[in-house]
Amino acid sequence: MIQVFAFYLFATLMIAAGALTIFARNPVHSVLWLIVAFFNAAGLMVLVGAEFIAMLLVIVYVGAVAVLFLFVVMMLNIDFAELRAGFVSYLPFGVLIALGLLAEILLGLGVWKAGPLQLSQRAAPTPADVPNIKAIGQVLYTDYIFLFEAAGIILLVAMIGAIVLTHRARSGVRAQNIDKQNRRRPQDAVVNVNQPVGQGVEL
Amino acid sequence: MTAFFQSYGIPFEAAWLLSTVIGILLIALPLMLAVAMIIYADRKIWAAMALRRGPNVVGPFGLLQSFADGLKVFLQETIIPSAANKGLFLIAPIITFTVALLAWAVVPFDVGVVLADINVGLLYILAISSLGVYGIVIAGWASNSKYPFFSAMRASAQMISYEVSIGFILICVVLWAGSFNLSQIVESQKGYYGFLNGNGFNPLLFPMAVMFLISAMAETARAPFDLTEAESELVAGYQTEYSSMAFALYWLGEYANVILMCALNAILFWGGYLPPVDWAPLYMVPGIIWLFAKILFFFFVFSWVKATVPRYRYDQLMRLGWKVFLPTSLLFVFLVSGFLMLTRYGG
Repeated sequence: MIQVFAFYLFATLMIAAGALTIFARNPVHSVLWLIVAFFNAAGLMVLVGAEFIAMLLVIVYVGAVAVLFLFVVMMLNIDFAELRAGFVSYLPFGVLIALGLLAEILLGLGVWKAGPLQLSQRAAPTPADVPNIKAIGQVLYTDYIFLFEAAGIILLVAMIGAIVLTHRARSGVRAQNIDKQNRRRPQDAVVNVNQPVGQGVEL
Repeated sequence: MTAFFQSYGIPFEAAWLLSTVIGILLIALPLMLAVAMIIYADRKIWAAMALRRGPNVVGPFGLLQSFADGLKVFLQETIIPSAANKGLFLIAPIITFTVALLAWAVVPFDVGVVLADINVGLLYILAISSLGVYGIVIAGWASNSKYPFFSAMRASAQMISYEVSIGFILICVVLWAGSFNLSQIVESQKGYYGFLNGNGFNPLLFPMAVMFLISAMAETARAPFDLTEAESELVAGYQTEYSSMAFALYWLGEYANVILMCALNAILFWGGYLPPVDWAPLYMVPGIIWLFAKILFFFFVFSWVKATVPRYRYDQLMRLGWKVFLPTSLLFVFLVSGFLMLTRYGG
């Protein structure tokens, strides 16, 4: 009973937040509605017993990705008139993407009607008393270890690529040397001189 | 507690709801009281270190100072700047306050005394603490004012930076304990060298304990990392435009977060509700008292640092997070997992 109530609560809120993400006039509001949608998705994950995925969804998407989105969007100087001016020229492209997504949904529904896919792992489901994290680890680090490692390497390459693309070796920059700063003592910089009156200082 | 209500003939679902609500109240109300008293303690410690008296007028020894302040802000007018984004401006402090309370759901106060004993307890805390930044960022943006906005930018960069190293530090503890469940993490710290309780006595985890303490200060934006409210540069930071109860919610949420970080420090590294020495008579003292003693000790360290250490510069803060803590914590993940691979799971 309470599960059904929670499911409909999360699902309704998620769809509403998704719709508001698109319809909100202000981009910052859009991002915030997106965060609400992520959050409700995490709630749905908990309901189906995937608490690990739910927590990761919140940590990664809400905690890191959406913060960066918000960071960027907040600093944009948005001119609403300019935004609407481009609408007509982007319309055909937008319709094309929408049609593609619609086709995918229809295809998915058709395949779902045809019956479930028989995966090798589906044959032996993990027992209910094994924690989520353990179950994922047992599959991820044995059967799918090569795919897992490949995903890691792709991310590493992407990261190095991003650094190479944005890194500029500038000349004439005096970089801070923390060790040197910390090693500096008063004796290195200050001299006490007992100066007779009327004579210049030898430095 | 669910079973207790069921014995009076209440159906399971209603009994569960009732016991959960009572559990939440049992945590949230004493927490609010604790926050009020800890603000007083903070001011007293700070005053003592500056050779001042601190609050000493309201009530005996000034004990009721926080309540007087609370009443004062409660009676003040809530001012909403005309240029502000009204809805978000009011939601932001509520988010900060709620998030500060949410994380307490998984904190174990004694053996089995925990509201939600979930398998992913530590991940839950990470998830909740990563939400904390929204209250500040939204406040900065919705105020539609320069200084709060600068402060929000600083806060989001600072919190994301230190969350990364906190994540790696927690991974070390999780690897050692073999569980994400906070109660099991506490239980796994029993009997170092046969007589000590606490991961902090482990030479591989002690550096992590120190780094966690420092990262916790940065994560909660306490001195010396309180750049989000550096008064000489940003007036009062993200809360410049706030007044009355909205301001008080930030205040309470901030201190609730600080207490939570002290509690996490105690739970993850210094044995939580276990006595520091594994000696039978010490177990006669209830676990909750040991936990509170440890929380208060770490809060004293927080106040001590606040009173004595000057504020960091922003580039120093970023350097510490990314160039010192991140590589070091990554190295320790490697060391801890390597050590466990060769000993506990080895062969």
